[in-house]
Amino acid sequence: MAAPMLRWGCRGRRWAFARVDGGSCHRRGAPTGSTSNRIRGQSSVAQQPLHTAQKPRKGEHKWAAVVGLEIHAQISSNSKLFSGSQVRFSAPPNSLVSFFDASLPGTLPVLNRRCVEAAVMTGLALNCHINKKSLFDRKHYFYADLPAGYQITQQRLPIAVNGSLIYGVCAGKKQSQVIPKMVRIKQIQLEQDSGKSLHDDLRSQTLIDLNRAEGQLRVDANISVHHPGEPLGVRTEVKNLNSIRFLAKAIDYEIQRQINELENGGEILNETRSFHQKLGCTMSMRDKEGKQDYRFMPEPNLPPLVLYDATSLPAGADPQQVINIDQIRETLPELPSVTREKLVQQYGMLLEHSFTLLNEVGLLEFFQNVIKETRAEPKKVTSWVLNTFLGYLKQQNLAVSESPVTPSALAELLDLLDSRTISSSAAKQVFKELWKREGKTPGQIVSEKQLELMQDQGALEQLCHSVMEAHPQVVMDVKKGNPRAVNKLIGLVRKATQSRADPVMIKEILEKKMSL
Amino acid sequence: MWSRLVWLGLRAPLGVRQGFTSKADPQGSGRITAEVIEHLERLALVDFGSREAVARLEKAIAFADRLRAVDTDGVEPMESVLEDRRLYLRSDNVVEGNCADELLQNSHRVVEEYFVAPPGNISLPKLDEKEPFLHS
Repeated sequence: MAAPMLRWGCRGRRWAFARVDGGSCHRRGAPTGSTSNRIRGQSSVAQQPLHTAQKPRKGEHKWAAVVGLEIHAQISSNSKLFSGSQVRFSAPPNSLVSFFDASLPGTLPVLNRRCVEAAVMTGLALNCHINKKSLFDRKHYFYADLPAGYQITQQRLPIAVNGSLIYGVCAGKKQSQVIPKMVRIKQIQLEQDSGKSLHDDLRSQTLIDLNRAEGQLRVDANISVHHPGEPLGVRTEVKNLNSIRFLAKAIDYEIQRQINELENGGEILNETRSFHQKLGCTMSMRDKEGKQDYRFMPEPNLPPLVLYDATSLPAGADPQQVINIDQIRETLPELPSVTREKLVQQYGMLLEHSFTLLNEVGLLEFFQNVIKETRAEPKKVTSWVLNTFLGYLKQQNLAVSESPVTPSALAELLDLLDSRTISSSAAKQVFKELWKREGKTPGQIVSEKQLELMQDQGALEQLCHSVMEAHPQVVMDVKKGNPRAVNKLIGLVRKATQSRADPVMIKEILEKKMSL
Repeated sequence: MWSRLVWLGLRAPLGVRQGFTSKADPQGSGRITAEVIEHLERLALVDFGSREAVARLEKAIAFADRLRAVDTDGVEPMESVLEDRRLYLRSDNVVEGNCADELLQNSHRVVEEYFVAPPGNISLPKLDEKEPFLHS
């Protein structure tokens, strides 16, 4: 029928939220509708740093929030989950729709092998248990963009269950510390997507496009609060979350709303709420018809989905018709957590550096290419790639693939720096020139701009001597202990050398001369 | 077709909703309350329309309840009569679609290659607004 979707649910008990800002306190007004006189901000669980909980004020029970995320991810495939029509963005309306997708009577779902492989791969990457047998169900509800009146999903027995994902949370001042956290993956299931509705309020009609294939990633959040040790609270579902930022905002808001409601003697209804981006709050979407009942039933047109592994693979089976979990496991690329660990071990970089390297498309490859070609220390390379290079990219909003500086160019530059041919500040200058995309190599730029460091120690010492002679009062200031005076001297010498001397070297010579 | 679907919905033990049959008399004389009928009509967009239809429903439930006479303890439920068949896996090739014109001909109203539907969900009339015929 529709674009194939993977839905996975994960649950985590949270004491606080993804954004940790120990220093600055987010001022968040009380949610509309609640009338609490007390200031909840300080003791509310949601605002506390992840790893240090504040002591609750006297007479208050601690609250714990439980959040489950329902993530809808579109599978990358040529054709749809249950039909052979194409999966493509921005196609003319209803042009990628087969008879089955339009729910014409007599049509049947035919499962796409690639989608099953994708689901297994995802399950393996998320440390799930893959169910060798999984089932398809019908979830019934009425809406114009669901012509069959039901959606085929895997509610009872999905393809993968009980997984986990380790991720990093940026914490501390300047968000530079990375704390590893784990979230549980409840299940992964294959399901159809519904069509697209365009609401035309003017003409009181809705336009339906059954192509689907839009919105690669969608998230709904399920939130409840309770006192630790007591049973879980009633949960609400929050929809219309269009970015990670809004997801965090909505969850924070909803936790606070629920706490306020319960502390004022109210109750939480098991309902669906929509997140209002502008107002920063959630609002009930409940319609008066009452609780939705999906009347789940087994999909009668699809037998159970059976998967095999190396030991259970039936002999002489058509390879096209069987899926071998072990074979799929072998095709999995190296997972990010493994790559990060290797980077830390091999190059001695901090864990947060490894996160940054992996979070930018193409950056890891760039880094590794520079490492291959340069003599410079890995730590130097890390610093230049993550600070200078990435800084320039971000400033101009460029992807790594659009960079004017190639790994070879940076490697050459770092070699010049490493051999002390140029100073650190000269290197930054060269980098700036390289970014202009004029086709010059670092070596050429250094020659043209005469950025080579003065190699002649003697000549440098003489220059220092003459500068000191010319500015006796500054020398006096230095001897008196004025810290800025020495920089002035260094600056004068540098000028005299046309910036071709290493400031570090200059300082050494000056200090020796003044016997400091 | 509709009434049969409703019956399956009531019987399937998927454990996610309360069994409506429990509201009916366990002995099988099963009177179904007006609230249940209203709920079913809303869920399935059926119109029971007459007392005979409701009576037929009650008889159907009673008939199905006879399954309880069988002891199924320790027996794995059958999910599908196809359970011994292998599920066919299709190769990920594009082989259909591109028939918007044909499909749109099925639609009563069309706007620029979109199907036209009424806006959102239309509320059903409430119980007290309907013609009273149930258990009156």
